[in-house]
Amino acid sequence: MALIAFYILSTVVVLSALFVVAARNPVHSVLWLILSFFTSAGLLVLIGAEFLAMLLVVVYVGAVAVLFLFVVMMLDIDFVALKQGFQNYLVVGALVALALLAEIGIVAAAATFGGGETFNPNPGAPTNAEAISRVLYTDYLLLFQMCGIVLLVAMMGAIVLTLRSRPNVKRQNIAEQTGRKRKDAVELKDVRPGQGI
Amino acid sequence: MAGAELTLGHYLAVSAALFTIGVFGIFVNRKNIIVILMSIELILLSVNINLVAFSVFNGTIMGQVFAMLVLTVAAAEAAVGLAILVVYFRNRGEIAVEDVNVLRG
Repeated sequence: MALIAFYILSTVVVLSALFVVAARNPVHSVLWLILSFFTSAGLLVLIGAEFLAMLLVVVYVGAVAVLFLFVVMMLDIDFVALKQGFQNYLVVGALVALALLAEIGIVAAAATFGGGETFNPNPGAPTNAEAISRVLYTDYLLLFQMCGIVLLVAMMGAIVLTLRSRPNVKRQNIAEQTGRKRKDAVELKDVRPGQGI
Repeated sequence: MAGAELTLGHYLAVSAALFTIGVFGIFVNRKNIIVILMSIELILLSVNINLVAFSVFNGTIMGQVFAMLVLTVAAAEAAVGLAILVVYFRNRGEIAVEDVNVLRG
């Protein structure tokens, strides 16, 4: 049964990845990307890596793909013009892809066709999430915190890159507001009768 | 049927196919930087599948921890890449990456 599910899921993954590359509209590309992330999460569930599968759905589908979708929809681009060179690059791209696939295939065939290594789930083992959490906060604590720093730096980089100060825009200046004194704002005038100020 | 069980080779094959499609996407969509970024995501996804497959096959959890690291880097890369894309679009009004050979603000 697992094999049938694997074939269905892997077919969907590969086809949707192809559509990501070949779709005419980048919005459709992003939607195909989301489908391929979902189905590859299914592939991971199939071999018992549930935690990584959920992480894939949360991080890739929930954050990365939606980020792509926002950017694609925000930019006002003539997408037809971007597809112009597709035919020209198709031959070169296909040649490179075939060569790469052949190389990977040769290595993988040499490595795996010795004996059909199957996944054998261990019934007494702790659950996937438990096994990961046992090592993540102990053995790989430094790695985990480095992940946090990477994300922090990426966030700061994205903010710094996209921040812009536009002139002629009225903004609230909190420091100026709270630093205002009475003598800056109110002035007492002694108005004589019959004269203006 | 001979190979009626799920083997490591199955997962390596899917991963190889995804990696190849990602590289193919980079070569074919030379103008559209959004699809190039998506192709990089596909390549990182194939790396993740490989890491997890080997991790489960070997019975060590280390590969899955590394897959989480790859996931983090992929998210960071997408955020910074898209920020650069937005800034570039703001400056030039287009995103054709073939013209990105002028190194001035």
